[in-house]
Amino acid sequence: MLGRFPALAGVDLDVEAGEVVLLRGPNGAGKTTLLRVCAGLLPVTSGTAEVLGVDLGQDRRAVRHRVGLVGHGGGLYDDLSVAENVTFWGRAAGATDADVAGALTRLGLDGRLRDLAVARLSAGQRRRTSIAAMVARRPELWLLDEPHASLDAEGRDLIDTLIRDSVAAGATVLMASHEDDRAVAVATRVVEVRGGTTVAPVDGAVPEAPRAG
Amino acid sequence: MLADARLIAGKDLRIERRARVATNQVAPFALLILVLFAFALDPDRGILDRATAGLYWVAVLLSTVLAVQRAYALESTDGLPDALRLSGLDPAAVFLGKTAALALQLLVLEALLLAGVVLLYTTELAGPALLAATCLAATLGLASAGSLYGVLAAGLRVRETLLPLLLLPVVAPVLIGATRAFEAALAGTPGEGWPWCGLLAIFAAIYVAFGMLAFGPLMEEL
Amino acid sequence: MNQTTTGGSPAHTGSRGSRIVGLLAAGGAVALLVFALVLSPADRIQGEAVRLMYVHVPAAICMYLCVGLLGLGSALWLVKRTPGWDVLAAAAAEVGLVFTALTLLTGMLWGRPTWGVYWVWDARLTTTAMLAVLLAGYLALRRVPATAESRSRRAAVAGLLVVIDLPLIHYSVSWWRTLHQGETIATTDVKIDGLMLFSLVLGMAVGVLVTVWLLIHRFRVAWLEEEVEQGGLDLALAERRAEAEVGA
Repeated sequence: MLGRFPALAGVDLDVEAGEVVLLRGPNGAGKTTLLRVCAGLLPVTSGTAEVLGVDLGQDRRAVRHRVGLVGHGGGLYDDLSVAENVTFWGRAAGATDADVAGALTRLGLDGRLRDLAVARLSAGQRRRTSIAAMVARRPELWLLDEPHASLDAEGRDLIDTLIRDSVAAGATVLMASHEDDRAVAVATRVVEVRGGTTVAPVDGAVPEAPRAG
Repeated sequence: MLADARLIAGKDLRIERRARVATNQVAPFALLILVLFAFALDPDRGILDRATAGLYWVAVLLSTVLAVQRAYALESTDGLPDALRLSGLDPAAVFLGKTAALALQLLVLEALLLAGVVLLYTTELAGPALLAATCLAATLGLASAGSLYGVLAAGLRVRETLLPLLLLPVVAPVLIGATRAFEAALAGTPGEGWPWCGLLAIFAAIYVAFGMLAFGPLMEEL
Repeated sequence: MNQTTTGGSPAHTGSRGSRIVGLLAAGGAVALLVFALVLSPADRIQGEAVRLMYVHVPAAICMYLCVGLLGLGSALWLVKRTPGWDVLAAAAAEVGLVFTALTLLTGMLWGRPTWGVYWVWDARLTTTAMLAVLLAGYLALRRVPATAESRSRRAAVAGLLVVIDLPLIHYSVSWWRTLHQGETIATTDVKIDGLMLFSLVLGMAVGVLVTVWLLIHRFRVAWLEEEVEQGGLDLALAERRAEAEVGA
């Protein structure tokens, strides 16, 4: 529920560990809301939802530090530099300095951009910084809202590589996008979302694991 | 948890060092209030002298509202509330960190205002121990109550008008206590002022404790 | 009164219980008027003005009663999260504000003949004025548009803070004023006995009855408002599902 507007009205979704699931649908379909529910940020008002073994109906706060969410808002402090932002969010989650440095390097942020204030970055650079802040925390579940938006071709390659690498390291990825070809290429499965509900998945069977309903 | 609080406080102070809002906007505002009082109360009539303690603390209170607005406005933009909630930080630690940063900024402001009253109102400072203790206790109370109402109002569009209405009545005891303590110090009778300082300490303790408990639920609303 | 669409909801907020309370309160009020204005004696020092005490003191008691309920409702909502407690807190705050205003008004009317001015900075009046502001702030906070859960949560914390802060304000104000006081007679320094005492106690009883009656009705109105909001929500949910089917 968002205020008096029911953003989701009956979602049926199972995601297995190690999958890269793409949520595809028009604007206003509820993709962002679904991601935020999975992050434990929004309450589940009916049905059951279990993410990473945590029952969201009981204690959704418990799952929060284990997921990473990169959404429309950057989650960055404008007055601080790229490095300071990533360090702050990394340390808050208990990451080591090595994790932080590694994240900056992998996102190509350890050069000229490193000590630049976030306010002075372009949209694509800010997006990369947000992602770096998430990567430094090493979450088990990645929730990406429009990951390819505002990135240039090189940035998009970078994201795809990162997604594949993280899945190989044991993470699961759930992303929402309406940028078709690019996103479908890296996904293992596509799920249509429309009018606050998931429609029958476009390809493939529905395995065990967590349910959000 | 203290480490987390220090992380938050450090972040806030670093932002302040970059953006310089407290130094460039809140401090001049505080000094301006002292000047406005001089306009309103006519320095030649002796009222300013007698009212110095009260005017000082009114200036501090009004500046606190601004400082609190700023501290929480910078947390409510652009995905930051979500990021805070996902960060794994204990809300009590976030409260302590933000309160500490706020308190530090207020203490600097108060020192500046003391210089201001010495200069503008030709006040003679006396009873420095009582003055210092009062500032510390009052500031802790103001910062913790401010943090609490700051986060309460932060997510609301009407926060600019609502925050003063909510915060200022609640910190009235601080105004009463701090003014009486200052008056006692400046009059050379600090013995009468120390009990008021005790009241301020109790106020601060209550609000720090409550803040640590209530910050968690309130962070959901940011 | 409005008829609601959800089946089983009442058409108005009266009930047998509330009508009994209401009748008792009304009867008591009439009796109070008789005792207060006619039967009880005027005070030696303050004259007829002392009769305001029969409204002022009960109003103050009811004010504190409502503040207590505000705190109780807020605290219990935070513990149990059932909406009833939040509605109680809201109703208590509103009714409490009414009694606060009444206390202030009667205090000022009583003060005029007694001290010659409408306002003095004595502990009781000052604290009451502060309470009025605190309650006004609380009610303003409740009015800000937000989801029900969000509003209840903010209000619950704010409500608890009002109750926590009130003794701090009272204590600091009265300590401050006793340092400066001395000459002025507090309005309650009246020798009360016999018929005056009876009238006062009657006044308190009537006050409590009126408070309860007001609370019952305000609570029920607020409850119905929540039901209407919920009904609108169910409608919106159904529309959303229909949209999904059309799109699929």
